[in-house]
Amino acid sequence: MPGAIYAEGLVKHFGDVKALDGVDLDVPEGTVLGLLGPNGAGKTTAVRCLTTLLTPDSGKAVVAGIDVLKHPNEVRRSIGLSGQFAAVDEYLTGRENLQMVGQLYQMNAKAAKKRAVELLEQFNLADAADRPSKTYSGGMRRRLDLAAALVVKPPVMFMDEPTTGLDPRNRQQLWEVIKDLVSGGTTLLLTTQYLEEADHLAHDICVIDQGRVIARGTSDQLKAQTGGERVEVVVHEREHIDLADQVLHGFAKGGGATSVEQHTRKLTVPVTGGAKLLAEVIRELDARGIEIDDIGLRRPTLDDVFISLTGHAAETGATPGDADKEDAK
Amino acid sequence: MSTVNDSLVIAQRNLIRMRRIPEMVLFGLIQPIMFVVLFTYVFGGSIQVGSSLSSQDYREFLMAGIFAQTVTFATAGAGAGIADDMHKGLIDRFRSLPMARGAVLTGRTLADLVQTALTMVVLAVVALLIGWRIHEGIGKALAAFGLLLLLGYAFSWIGALIGLSVRTPEAATSGGLIWLFPLTFISNAFVDSNNLPTFFRHIAEWNPFSTTVQACRELFGNLPPGFKTPDAWPMQHPIIASILWSVLILLVFRTLAVRKYRSTS
Repeated sequence: MPGAIYAEGLVKHFGDVKALDGVDLDVPEGTVLGLLGPNGAGKTTAVRCLTTLLTPDSGKAVVAGIDVLKHPNEVRRSIGLSGQFAAVDEYLTGRENLQMVGQLYQMNAKAAKKRAVELLEQFNLADAADRPSKTYSGGMRRRLDLAAALVVKPPVMFMDEPTTGLDPRNRQQLWEVIKDLVSGGTTLLLTTQYLEEADHLAHDICVIDQGRVIARGTSDQLKAQTGGERVEVVVHEREHIDLADQVLHGFAKGGGATSVEQHTRKLTVPVTGGAKLLAEVIRELDARGIEIDDIGLRRPTLDDVFISLTGHAAETGATPGDADKEDAK
Repeated sequence: MSTVNDSLVIAQRNLIRMRRIPEMVLFGLIQPIMFVVLFTYVFGGSIQVGSSLSSQDYREFLMAGIFAQTVTFATAGAGAGIADDMHKGLIDRFRSLPMARGAVLTGRTLADLVQTALTMVVLAVVALLIGWRIHEGIGKALAAFGLLLLLGYAFSWIGALIGLSVRTPEAATSGGLIWLFPLTFISNAFVDSNNLPTFFRHIAEWNPFSTTVQACRELFGNLPPGFKTPDAWPMQHPIIASILWSVLILLVFRTLAVRKYRSTS
């Protein structure tokens, strides 16, 4: 039984560029899938294929039990899409925007009006309801955009980088909104380049790079794949790096190698044994007279997962506008 | 799913925008008024139309051209607006909704038609104030405005297609204007086409834009004394030719624009 969002072998070319190179996805009803990848990985293209905005060159897609390629208009009735930009009319008020979307979802004017009021309330926009949305802050506009995607309470939601460009406080707020939504039973596919976001919101994560899914599983499974915990040490003196390397090597799990960053004087070694082991490491370094600036026990982050899978770091520093151009073309 | 309903919802959206950005409407008015003033007072005394060099004859001759130019230039707005919607992600939102496929474009072009009609009213008042007169009765004059609006509506689909085809709103603005200059100037709008060199005269006489201008001149009773109607078929039958041209342009470019909208990525 395929899930609420199901894709098999999605392929899409843009000229010579293979944006999607055989993507398979399966999102069980009521769960959240995080589609994680750097700029240009194919995340947006995948979302556009699943939301009827793009026709894939080949492959199969079923959303809410409906074949996307055969019955796109029926699919549109059952989905909500919140894209990378806050796609609201800036000269219309929040209320007018929501009413318009409601009517275009084929609600009658009265029902659309009523639903707009509910959503403005729910998304904490009631005070700004009758101001043109161009006077809204970035976070308010994103909330309005999300509200517009929820007008018909769709069973399946797609969010393409919903928090890109938001400050941490607004991001946190939006996360709460998304969690509420999911607790109500909505199936959600969420793309993000923020590893933390996928970790926080998604039940399952698909890591996508160059149009292919390169790993999938829960956040814990992906972390376990990268290896367990590590000790990180920053030594005070550059001359002590080699000596510290010897010490740490003694603690390394299975005789694993220590990685050394010369310019930051940071050494990292895979270990087992937790806090107890950490204390031993500190004692040993102290006994050898190695002065340290910082030491810690680190669990692998999704960043580590990403680097170990793709051989390069996730590019989180890019501007959202660039992200779209790379992805959408 | 209802094409009419969805188109009206989008038209309403664009009309609200117009109310909130009145300067757009204002600029749409200033330009034709400027043209009226420039042509009547700067060129008016030097341009011979028919056998007349009188500036009153030229003023009456000119107005049909100015009206037609105004409805035509308004189409650049449709292109820029649609390109802006694409740029801001609104077209994606609309395309992900279970709405009629052509409604976004139909709604936009209908709203522009309302704006153009209002512009016509203001412009007609200004023209009357500076001495333009109609001589064939109000019914025929209204028919002339009908032809003008039909032409403007047909051209606005060309603007829509341009808006869907370019990458930025800026490109849509310049791309939407550039074809309007040869269209409106290689015509009978500002000069008597009989005075043009042969090659340009043929273009001018078959130009759909000229056809509507000629039809309006007949319906307003604004043909200058001694005017010799060119032999070309559209000039001989300007009213029917104007309708045929406009309907043809409308059908072709509406089809192309809606197809482009559906497949746009």
